Amino acid sequence: MTPTDLTLAGARDALAKKQLSARELTEAHVAAVEAARPLNAFILETPEQALEMAAASDARIAKGEAGPLEGIPLAIKDLYCTRGVATTAGSRILEGFRPTYESTVTSQLWRDGAVLLGKANLDEFAMGSSNMTSAFGPVENPWKRKGDNRKLVPGGSSGGSAAAVAARCALGATGTDTGGSIRQPASFTGIVGLKPTYGRCSRWGVVAFASSLDHPGPFARTVRDSAILLRSMAGYDPKDSTSVDVPVPDYEAALTGDLRGLRIGVPKEYRLDSVPEAIDRVWQQGIEWLKQAGCEIVELSLPHTRYALPAYYVIAPAEASSNLARYDGVRYGLRQAGDQALTEMYEATRGAGFGEEVKRRIMIGTYVLSAGYYDAYYNKARKVRTLIANDFRAAWEKVDAILTPTAPSAAFAIGEKMDDPVAMYLMDVFTVTANLAGLPAISLPGGLSTDGLPLGLQLIGRAFDEETVLRVAGVLEEAAGFQAEPDFVAGR
Amino acid sequence: MSVDIDTVRRIAKLARIRVEDAQAESLVGELNNILAWVEQLGELDTEGVAPMTSVVEQKLHLRADAVTDGGYPEDIVANAPQSAHGFFVVPKVVE
Repeated sequence: MTPTDLTLAGARDALAKKQLSARELTEAHVAAVEAARPLNAFILETPEQALEMAAASDARIAKGEAGPLEGIPLAIKDLYCTRGVATTAGSRILEGFRPTYESTVTSQLWRDGAVLLGKANLDEFAMGSSNMTSAFGPVENPWKRKGDNRKLVPGGSSGGSAAAVAARCALGATGTDTGGSIRQPASFTGIVGLKPTYGRCSRWGVVAFASSLDHPGPFARTVRDSAILLRSMAGYDPKDSTSVDVPVPDYEAALTGDLRGLRIGVPKEYRLDSVPEAIDRVWQQGIEWLKQAGCEIVELSLPHTRYALPAYYVIAPAEASSNLARYDGVRYGLRQAGDQALTEMYEATRGAGFGEEVKRRIMIGTYVLSAGYYDAYYNKARKVRTLIANDFRAAWEKVDAILTPTAPSAAFAIGEKMDDPVAMYLMDVFTVTANLAGLPAISLPGGLSTDGLPLGLQLIGRAFDEETVLRVAGVLEEAAGFQAEPDFVAGR
Repeated sequence: MSVDIDTVRRIAKLARIRVEDAQAESLVGELNNILAWVEQLGELDTEGVAPMTSVVEQKLHLRADAVTDGGYPEDIVANAPQSAHGFFVVPKVVE
């Protein structure tokens, strides 16, 4: 077995037993990142830094001071600020930006011994569901449809992170999830993606899109690997006022495999006519697996589900229009027309630096917050958000976790669904509710579509109960026995 | 509610984004499409529902009113397109 075929847990154990050095593990992944360049999963590769970090890991292992992620090579979504390493948010407007600080989440990963392979491609400012809005070009999904050579999208916005993990370039990756940007790409690429509870992982140093909806979280190829990463990423941070001061459990220890007596909700509003039959089939299969594991299945209603996306497309652009006001050509990044008056400079810089989708969302956000429309749109959407959170609150009286499909389709081809922004927004129909309610949710591969593409199952849990979500996911993962591999695997 | 080209220009001005004429034309259709879709929120009766302010119910942490950060102006201006003597430089504001 080559080192890139190991799971994160397997690599960790091999390093601990000295069957493998951190240098060997990192060299194999650096070569895999190079081999996978056609996928365009990375905006920046950092091989020298990776090898330096691996050497430091070997030294710590030799001294018996290994951290929980010692020597583990990771891809970091290029929305996380990394000290001295260019950070773009997938946008031209941050051209030349090298943060002078490190995001809290990545600093915790390095504290625990992880190795930086590079910065992963993404939709511009994380606004997208296909990775097509990146100023650095689309990412290609390592999967292909059976008997069809067209290039597919990896989903978005964390498309580079997901493609890198699926193609065996990295043992894990960071992502961010504002409406589904971790779970939908995980579903499209056949891997595991976890969005923790709002406040569980610090947002400090992560480029802001919609602050009340943005969630940092991990990607990995197994549930166990996701649990290991989450433990290092999570924790209270005084620098993020919405970070929550609760203890971080040992998530790996939660994978007991015992689900007896758990009540699992199946919400009827997630059964849509427009969804391909295979998605329903995988969902039904998931329900059967949980029954066999001793769970009680409970039919549920989450009545406001269909209003979640429209509410999201008021709240997220509103917050984005405010957050992205900072890109004004003064403090960092691009400046255009610097010889003209201040307002002209602002307008020229933002007109040239932002892509079409980002401009569209800033304009929608500006409109819904403007005088005369604030109540009709923004306050209305925040009231609907309360109703959606109340739907879940009522559900937790009856169930311990909720099982749904992750996305309404499998990966689609590059260029499809590009004409109508609303059609693209519908990609998040099953994931966005957990963002609005701040609840932990995971996607794991449940099966294949008729043309051989991975389809994800989603589990949603109570606030700060990632342990139950992971425990159920672990059992589903074992039952699914998902062994299918993408068309492209680095180094093969 | 729908937007016309003058509204699009006004929003672009408020958002400080330069929008060329052809782009403004196509934004009218795109923004109206999105707004028409968002209108369905009007079907819901939200009388007496409190708008959500915080998704996680928690008391905000208080800290001592003390200086805990700062003292590195060179880091702050390190990424500025133009800076001088530890200050950001912007185009002339007053003639």
